[in-house]
Amino acid sequence: MTRPPAPDRDPGLQPERTRLAWRRTTLSSTVAAVLAAKAALHGGIRAEGIVICALCCTLWLAFLTVAHHRISTLTAGGTPPPLTPRHATTAVLCTVAMAVCAAVLVY
Amino acid sequence: MIDFARNVRLWFAPQEISEEGATPDYRFSLANERTFLAWLRTALALIGGGFAVDQFLPDLRWAWRVGLALALLAAGVLCSLRAVNHWVRCERAMRRGEDLPVSRFPALLSIAVAIVAVAMVVVVLAGWAG
Repeated sequence: MTRPPAPDRDPGLQPERTRLAWRRTTLSSTVAAVLAAKAALHGGIRAEGIVICALCCTLWLAFLTVAHHRISTLTAGGTPPPLTPRHATTAVLCTVAMAVCAAVLVY
Repeated sequence: MIDFARNVRLWFAPQEISEEGATPDYRFSLANERTFLAWLRTALALIGGGFAVDQFLPDLRWAWRVGLALALLAAGVLCSLRAVNHWVRCERAMRRGEDLPVSRFPALLSIAVAIVAVAMVVVVLAGWAG
């Protein structure tokens, strides 16, 4: 009574797991961005606070764009192509830039 | 160090990776990608921790607060750069059919986290006693 698996689906659900990993990472990035906005606008509205807040929002949007692009590639079906180094580097550079913003705020 | 510089070039030059060796099973590439994302989440958590120390510990002395926050942020930066570097190295090793690269970074990071945790315990206990 064993049913044959659907032909174009990986039994280990690898693309789905990878898609959810991107979702989790986007969520972590959102948490970091919210903390950044809170830190930037803490203790009154100042020009540099607004600039850094806008910068962090832009970085978060860039990360979201990369994640969305990758998620739509993974959901397209068929054998998913591997992640390109450009996307990986963009995601990492957004993270690093957010840390630099944090360092400026802390200091 | 020269290896590292060559890897940095590979971050930006996808075609150089796909010229080498044979394309591995896509499931291995996806597993490598998930590992990369897990390290990136670790980095984001460290950065979030840096923000949190700055925001939610206002009673701490300035030097301690800034020092702790900057240490967490630096760890986050290192962790994210290492994530993409390790991803590139694994991807290339799989294409060439070599062994996956080994790394002492996880051990170093766990020791650093353990030291920070012990420092936190000491700070809290000292706050009670004092």
